[in-house]
Amino acid sequence: MKTKQYVIIGNSAAAIGCVEGIRQLDKAGAVTIVSREPHHTYSRPLISYLLGGKTDRQRMRYRDADFYETHGVRPLLGHTALSLDPAQKTVALDDGQVLPYDKLLVATGSVPFVPPMEGLDLVSKKFTFLSLDDADALADAVTADSRVLIVGAGLIGLKCAEGLSGRAGSLTVVDLAPQILPSVLDERAAALVQAHIERQGVRLLLSVSAARFEDGAAHLTDGSTVPFDVLVLAVGVRPNVSPAREAGATAGRGLITDEYMRTNLPDVYAAGDCTESFDITSGERKPLALLPNAYLQGETAGLHMAGGGKPFCTAMPMNAVGFWDLHIVSAGSYTGNAYVQCEEGHYRKLVCRDNLLQGFILIGDVLRAGIYTALIRDRVPLDTIDFELIKDKPGLIAFSRRDRQKKLGVKPA
Amino acid sequence: MKRIYVSEKWCLGCHLCEYYCAFANSGSDDMAKALMNRRINPRIQVEERGGISFAVSCRHCEEPLCVKSCITGALSSEGGLITIDKNRCVACHTCVLVCPYGTIMPSDDGMMQKCELCLKNTIGEPACVKYCPNRAIIYEDSDVPAAAR
Amino acid sequence: MQMLYPEYEVVRNPQRCITCRVCERQCANEVHVYDEELDTMRSYEEHCVACHRCVSLCPTKALKIVKTDHTFRTNANWTGEVIGEIYRQAESGGVLLSSMGTPKDYPVYFDKMLINASQVTNPSIDPLREPMETRTFLGRKTVRVERGPDGRLIDNTAPQLTLSVPVMFSAMSYGSISYNAHESLARAARELGIFYNTGEGGLHSDFYQYGANTIIQVASGRFGVHKDYLNAGAAVEIKMGQGAKPGIGGHLPGEKIVGDIAKTRMIPEGSDAISPAPHHDIYSIEDLRQLVYSLKEATEYKKPVIVKIAAVHNVPAIASGIARSGADIIAIDGFRGGTGAAPTRIRDNVGIPIELALASVDQRLRDEGIRNDVSIVVGGSIRNSADIVKAVALGADAVYVATSALLALGCHLCRTCQLGKCNWGIATQRPVLVKRLNPDVGFKRLVNLVTAWRHEIMEMMGGMGINSIEALRGNRLMLRGVGLNEKELSILGIQHAGE
Repeated sequence: MKTKQYVIIGNSAAAIGCVEGIRQLDKAGAVTIVSREPHHTYSRPLISYLLGGKTDRQRMRYRDADFYETHGVRPLLGHTALSLDPAQKTVALDDGQVLPYDKLLVATGSVPFVPPMEGLDLVSKKFTFLSLDDADALADAVTADSRVLIVGAGLIGLKCAEGLSGRAGSLTVVDLAPQILPSVLDERAAALVQAHIERQGVRLLLSVSAARFEDGAAHLTDGSTVPFDVLVLAVGVRPNVSPAREAGATAGRGLITDEYMRTNLPDVYAAGDCTESFDITSGERKPLALLPNAYLQGETAGLHMAGGGKPFCTAMPMNAVGFWDLHIVSAGSYTGNAYVQCEEGHYRKLVCRDNLLQGFILIGDVLRAGIYTALIRDRVPLDTIDFELIKDKPGLIAFSRRDRQKKLGVKPA
Repeated sequence: MKRIYVSEKWCLGCHLCEYYCAFANSGSDDMAKALMNRRINPRIQVEERGGISFAVSCRHCEEPLCVKSCITGALSSEGGLITIDKNRCVACHTCVLVCPYGTIMPSDDGMMQKCELCLKNTIGEPACVKYCPNRAIIYEDSDVPAAAR
Repeated sequence: MQMLYPEYEVVRNPQRCITCRVCERQCANEVHVYDEELDTMRSYEEHCVACHRCVSLCPTKALKIVKTDHTFRTNANWTGEVIGEIYRQAESGGVLLSSMGTPKDYPVYFDKMLINASQVTNPSIDPLREPMETRTFLGRKTVRVERGPDGRLIDNTAPQLTLSVPVMFSAMSYGSISYNAHESLARAARELGIFYNTGEGGLHSDFYQYGANTIIQVASGRFGVHKDYLNAGAAVEIKMGQGAKPGIGGHLPGEKIVGDIAKTRMIPEGSDAISPAPHHDIYSIEDLRQLVYSLKEATEYKKPVIVKIAAVHNVPAIASGIARSGADIIAIDGFRGGTGAAPTRIRDNVGIPIELALASVDQRLRDEGIRNDVSIVVGGSIRNSADIVKAVALGADAVYVATSALLALGCHLCRTCQLGKCNWGIATQRPVLVKRLNPDVGFKRLVNLVTAWRHEIMEMMGGMGINSIEALRGNRLMLRGVGLNEKELSILGIQHAGE
């Protein structure tokens, strides 16, 4: 049999997942990774830790230095895939190379979304915060007395703030929304985290946005002005559907795939932040720009490309994040009956609907949260377990003796 | 692959597995010295309620969600053994969020730790198994341990 | 007012205690308590029975149990123990109860007998190189030679028990010991090719599978006795008496008669299980013979019948009567034998040592020419392989062990079985305690013990130049006494060392 030609556009979690998926089944096929960024595969969420000095370039590698060799991957780093031709089954790169493929994965990730804002072009030191290069540039620009203004109090903006604290002179975060982390937290949880972040010396301005910029100052919608030396734009990200969409791939907000990550184009797969996922907890299709999701999608694609595998149909929103040692984990969606516990530095919300756990938010004590996640992922009917028992403390004790034995490996006696 | 199996039928809830685990991974050669006057962070934990008790530690899943979800690549699986490189961990807690058994937890320094079957410490075999006084934790090579057949 | 100071003290080494609280979790007597305020462990020593569960599980060896040195004025006659017993009876007005064999300092004749070994002539045998037979058969050996019409011999051998080694686990009822203890004994008996004994609590349906290695007991309460039960085992034992409490019956209180125990004993839950002192249908050897033959009828003459008695003053004459009653095997239980509960005075003052009973019974049966009509099994504190070798040399066909078996299962001889709070999961019916004895562990330890003993027996036999246990039986020339008087030597039928 002819060796298969696999081409992967992208070099992050979905791409690596795809390589590892392929190699589970096909040790011989030729795998080429095309990446716009010139770096060895690295963990994108670690850029804020890099800024904060909690990791370094060595340790933030997503896989070992010899990953490409041990996995038989030809890395074409620093090359952009400009277009793809599904009829000829080729990918054209910016340097004129044309790569033929038998199976192609589009894992082009996401791109920062910068809404049009008046005067933005006047700002000399402005940055987005998504890539290693962004982090490097920001690190170069920020000095010990820099006043940093971050637009966006989502995960990216706040992680950026954490990374810069201790590096910058002052930090201000502004967001149009009335709460921080609107995609992750409900109002009460957000307030709790907000207080914690403010205690670290970060100024949070909510329910306002920048009406107009000039170099060195932002004029906000409430009439106030925030002077700054460095501006970080962290309003949001959008799936990077190019160049797949131009080649005819169906896309909504992100590329549309089936549960094997196939697009509508033959032998073209898509995985990671550039796609839309089907959220099992809300029943909606939406981009889920989450690293675990990207890896699992990539692996699913890789396995299928190599001729095997099983469908991936357990996607859901999921976040684990910490700010100044306050840990937050959340999963699923929050529509339904909520069980809430809230005290200083601690928050616990479990949302149930239709006899299923649909979502949860834990702040502070997050131990063993995965047991809740599994209840959501496995769609465990709550009346088959003693849910009351684990509302305050997750445990396997909630399951029946039989299920426990199944889980812990001993056959029922 | 050899795995750890626990049997709640024989678990006494004595918690010795937790202490031997903490000791085995302490690097000390004296348990009293290693564990006196401190809260332990064992990699195996006993759940108990109303006469039922059982110990839970990493199942070393064949489809390890923790490894696949780890944002840094600190968690890896080789030959069925799932290990964590604490040097690469940033304590993001994603593994805590995805592990269906709740068996990955913070170590003394806040970075994550998990059962590595004592293959990386000086004991060389799972201490919880070796020191369980009632053979409620066993380390066997089959999917259905002989004791449970 | 508390007249008595705790008998034992818990010594906790603060430089080793890591407050893991395993002692607290494992002590059913609630001796150890964690003090949150002080972050230390405290002890309520008045509850301590010195069972050593805490000591055994303490991971840092921070604990030991010592006998208190608190004392009364020294008095060789009115000892602290005697005084304490009087205080307890003055308070309760009741009979003192105890468990396991008597701890009193009576002579142990096994320890005053020494075993022979070959030198130069009649060379010794190396059991690692030469065959060595420890297998023995229990049952009536005498047969009338009968020939069929074709002149061939008719096999009319009485039913026999085949033992790979002359050791059996003696009677302990399900009720007095736990389900898991029974399972351990049953599985070990099967693995070893020997027998265990149901005691008088009946046979749990789960254990019928071990029938080929089970001796089922019929005692004065007749608990759990039915036709299937009688036929479930390899032999039937009629219990006339028990070494620890000769002349009295048994009493398992109603609170222990729960669930499977009630079902197995075939009595209502919560009712006291009272075994009368005598069998109410046996007042003579003739009556005994009737029961022996009733049981033989019920088991179609396929199973040997054992009659078990306590070693008492007239034991030779009693044994002679039993041999004539049709019994195949006589089991004699010496006064140091164990029990799950007995009145202290009876345990400590009634009966005679098994060594003397065995020697006199064996001699009497020989004198009467009926020794081969029965096998003799002795019990009552057989502690090691040397005791077994000496017992066989004195005339025993096999021995019964119980205390040794319980020790192998973890028993620390705290002698408080009667409280039902055995921390080792043996003499208890509390589920949380019962589960402490995992039969996977227990049965292996029993197998190890008996296997080790077998090796030692073979070594001692080899040393004597004897390669079959049958050739050792009754071979009293292999024994010499030390520090025994003429009378003792004559009863034991042995010479003094040096003779």
